Amino acid sequence: MVIFLTKTHQFPKGGLCSPPRERIEKKRKAALTGGGQLRIAAQHKRGKLTARERLELLLDPDSFVECDMFVEHRCSDFGMEADHNKYPGDSVVTGQGRINGRLVYVFSQDFTVFGGSLSGAHAQKVCKIMDQAMMVGAPVIGLNDSGGARIQEGVESLAGYADIFLRNVMASGVVPQISLIMGPCAGGAVYSPALTDFTFMVKDTSYLFITGPDVVKSVTNEDVTQEELGGAKTHTTVSGVAHRAFENDVDALLNLRDFFNFLPLSNKDPAPVTECHDPRDRPVPGLDTIVPFESTKAYDMLDIVHGVLDEREFFEIMPNYAKNIVVGFARMNGRTVGIVGNQPKVASGCLDINSSVKGARFVRFCDAFNIPIITFVDVPGFLPGTAQEYGGIIRHGAKLLYAFAEATIPKITVITRKAYGGAYDVMSSKHLRGDVNYAWPSAEVAVMGAKGAVQIIFRGKENQAEAEAEYVEKFANPFPAAVRGFVDDIIQPSTTRKRICRDLEVLASKKQTNPWKKHANIPL
Amino acid sequence: IGEIACRVIKTCKKMGIKTVAVHSDVDSSAVHVKVADEAVCVGPAPTSKSYLNMDAIMNAIKQTGAQAVHPGYGFLSENKEFAKRLAAEGVTFIGPDTHAIQAMGDKIESKLIAKAAKVNTIPGFDGVVKDAKEAVKIAGEIGYPVMIKASAGGGGKGMRIAWNDEETSDMGFFLSGHISDICANGFCWCLQVLADKHGNALWLNERECSIQRRNQKVVEEAPSTFLDPDTRRAMGEQAVSLANAVKYSSAGTVEFLVDSKKNFYFLEMNTRLQVEHPITECITGLDLVQQMIRIAKGYKLQHKQSDIPINGWAVESRVYAEDPYKSFGLPSIGRLSQYQEPLDLPNVRVDSGIQEGSDISIYYDPMISKLVTYGKTREEALKKMEDALDNYVIRGVTHNIPLLREIIVHPRFVSGVISTKFLPEVYPDGFKGHMLTAGERRELLATAAALYVAAQLRSQKFLGDLRVSVVPAESRQWELCVELDKSVHMLGVSRSGNNYTVEIDGEKVEVSGEWNLASALLPITINGKHRTLQCLLRTAAGEISLQYLGTSFKLRVLSKLAASLSKHMPEKVPEDTSSILRSPMPGSVVAVSVKPGDNVAEGQEICVIEAMKMQNSMTAAKTAKVKSVHCKAGDTVGEGDLLVELE
Repeated sequence: MVIFLTKTHQFPKGGLCSPPRERIEKKRKAALTGGGQLRIAAQHKRGKLTARERLELLLDPDSFVECDMFVEHRCSDFGMEADHNKYPGDSVVTGQGRINGRLVYVFSQDFTVFGGSLSGAHAQKVCKIMDQAMMVGAPVIGLNDSGGARIQEGVESLAGYADIFLRNVMASGVVPQISLIMGPCAGGAVYSPALTDFTFMVKDTSYLFITGPDVVKSVTNEDVTQEELGGAKTHTTVSGVAHRAFENDVDALLNLRDFFNFLPLSNKDPAPVTECHDPRDRPVPGLDTIVPFESTKAYDMLDIVHGVLDEREFFEIMPNYAKNIVVGFARMNGRTVGIVGNQPKVASGCLDINSSVKGARFVRFCDAFNIPIITFVDVPGFLPGTAQEYGGIIRHGAKLLYAFAEATIPKITVITRKAYGGAYDVMSSKHLRGDVNYAWPSAEVAVMGAKGAVQIIFRGKENQAEAEAEYVEKFANPFPAAVRGFVDDIIQPSTTRKRICRDLEVLASKKQTNPWKKHANIPL
Repeated sequence: IGEIACRVIKTCKKMGIKTVAVHSDVDSSAVHVKVADEAVCVGPAPTSKSYLNMDAIMNAIKQTGAQAVHPGYGFLSENKEFAKRLAAEGVTFIGPDTHAIQAMGDKIESKLIAKAAKVNTIPGFDGVVKDAKEAVKIAGEIGYPVMIKASAGGGGKGMRIAWNDEETSDMGFFLSGHISDICANGFCWCLQVLADKHGNALWLNERECSIQRRNQKVVEEAPSTFLDPDTRRAMGEQAVSLANAVKYSSAGTVEFLVDSKKNFYFLEMNTRLQVEHPITECITGLDLVQQMIRIAKGYKLQHKQSDIPINGWAVESRVYAEDPYKSFGLPSIGRLSQYQEPLDLPNVRVDSGIQEGSDISIYYDPMISKLVTYGKTREEALKKMEDALDNYVIRGVTHNIPLLREIIVHPRFVSGVISTKFLPEVYPDGFKGHMLTAGERRELLATAAALYVAAQLRSQKFLGDLRVSVVPAESRQWELCVELDKSVHMLGVSRSGNNYTVEIDGEKVEVSGEWNLASALLPITINGKHRTLQCLLRTAAGEISLQYLGTSFKLRVLSKLAASLSKHMPEKVPEDTSSILRSPMPGSVVAVSVKPGDNVAEGQEICVIEAMKMQNSMTAAKTAKVKSVHCKAGDTVGEGDLLVELE
């Protein structure tokens, strides 16, 4: 052990073979205080908790089992080898613990040690728990708070990042991976959270960007603040990089505990079922009147979603990004489900580039982790226009279509109103192996709205209004789809909850496999 | 909105009469439309185009072949023109004839008739005021405060109290007004009368309607605590003689103002069924709608004066979608995401026209329902009202249950010392919700803590076969930190089954109950006392909102660890609101009096928002230049919408 030799002053009297208790204790104590009291105070002053405080809050009391507390960095340049530059455990705390009794692997970057920068040792610690998480089959939660690469280590640090990226990719679809950004996360480091399933941020104290404001200024001459460039607001509303933002560290960690309860431990586990107090057959009378008579009038899809779910509890993913589609986790009769719904309140609920990508990624997560999907459809079609076409709505829209089509988890679809055109096909239709597809009496499954259709079918004819009325009579109702078996039943909206709960019970044992392939080729 | 239609339809069903509901397009899925045998849409949302649109309503009558119309209250119920047009078509108007509507509809004429019928009238000026100047002069002669009332317009509409010259002249828009002095601390009583077309008339006792805000009634009861049998008879007889004087037929209400010496003065007669009629029905056992229909059909009254009893006591609370913390009630709108009337309690009657999922819109009166409780005694009726309010689940809109719940337990109300100035006198600084006593505070904290623990325990329960075993944190003891109104309490909680022992500052509170975390109602026992609380909100971050004694309280429950770490969390700087003017309620913009670049003084009017019968003047919070204006007259705005920005 090289370390012992370099620290002659600490040589135990008893000799090399039996390092005395106090030395272990000393190291342990050093590890527990990270970068020292001064830096801890500075961390607190920034409104942030320390790496260990965060874990204490995230995990059940006394459940944390630490790993690699005695690992130190191996850099010997720039005076890094000096004793005062070594911190037991280096700049990350790793291990496993329990959240509401369920196993989870965690790493928490320690900003008080070299600004949480990533050394070879740091990366090695993270990789170790990720490897074990995959073997055991338990999720990985990363609490990110790091200034970036350990410059002193150079390429060693870059290698460390790549090691983590590789594991992120290997673990993808095997165990759920969650990143909570609780401080800076810049440069190459951002790609680890980007590869994980969910990225959450803390408002005002966390940043994600490839290059900081200074570099931006020197390269593009843009003036931008850290917050504008990569703050929680930017990433949850503009870029779609982060899935949700929380008020502060405490709020974020408590919410993460709550979120964790929705997830299965791995792709081998079914969606979790918790004790449910909400009657499974509870009628929801409000749903009978929610869809307005005029098909141009908006309503809030969340009113339907909340009404149907257990206890109106909905953990929305990306609530402020691409708001024309609503996605998130909830429970039905205690069982975790994924909800996808068009939001008529925003852009008439049409599908565009951002909403397609948002929906697709969510559907694929659910499919990977055995979470049934319930889709509420009220979609007038894809958003027309050059902005969308030039942006590639065709390939992006295809992602959502692809995700629904390839998914083999139980798929239940409720058409509440419009299901027009290609968007009808996309939204978990019967044709994409929807297991149970319902229509509400207000449903209209058609190629397009009455006005547009009439203009094409009766081009040049005078009595457009009459033709439109005829079209409405014929197509603006659930029958054309129902007589062909494209919807399984037309249901009273107030019974929706009861129906879905019953279907989920039945579909719990659904088995469906796709043909063997190395991997599929989703239109990225 | 369709409350009275539902009420009328109920009686019609009982009498075997088929019904047709009229509705505006936004009301097409309203309850009254559903319960009626037929329904006709009479126009778009604004009342002037639908419920007040006589042509459309006449068409609806023709189209359906209706034989009679019950006008409810408000809208066209006291419109003589409407009654005339119905008569011309040979359709029965279920209400008095045109002559009576006209005579009583005019505040000045009605006073003259009342005087002639030897009914006591208020001293004051009974005439039309030409302009603001004259109004100030007359008001000065009578002595402040004065009440200025528009000649036409029922209920609180167009009725204002002025306390000085300035306010009087500000009321320039009531130019054809009528001024009378108001009994500074009066009572408002309503005498229900019932008269047939054969000259018979009865009085059905009084309703005490003094608890008002903005001259609109909030809590009513029958009978009154203050009225003795002699005064009651005297008022009743005067009311009947007034009814006879105008050859009144149908149900009507004579309103009296009463001063502290029990002198009563005629205020006005409402020639329609009144909102608060259910309390009279409760104590007399009569169905007033049925009586109105019988009378309209030409039948004689079935009862004699001596048949009219006062059985027990009835109290009515008007449950409104409004924020009682803003001037005792600014309208609020929204969708009733959850709605559950306390109908499983005995002796509770709820007259409403809405259901879960209904929208409370800016177009109509924001009344949700009339909650009526009945008891052998006043105490019993009031106790029932407490229970009923506690068990009434309303989510999605702000409502006035906090205020109602406070009024009915207020010592002054309970002792029966009620007046029209009750609210401003009892809450001179505005309504602030229930003030917790130390004991109540402990109960609330204990409940929140127990609820938190119950939820925590449940979140560790996973069902089904698990590949990796769940190792829940073994705990029978919790140390919690509960925050309420910025003060923090350390609580110790121990649990056995559904019983929780919560220790707060050395005092033990026992909380037990069936913890159904999905139910809106939380029926629990605290230190042996039964209480019904409501859990309005429970978040992962420990926020818990409980409705307790009517008022909703925000608490935060954290583990000791989370609480100690919370102290490091940064304070979020609240938005500087002095330079931003937001709409305090949903409504429409009546006028905007500034444009960008204008200099405004603190307190200067910037714009006027109107919602549901009331105008709200928005003023500048500081002296500044107007930066931008985000609304214009005629716009519809939501609560919290940005109106004007100052620099």
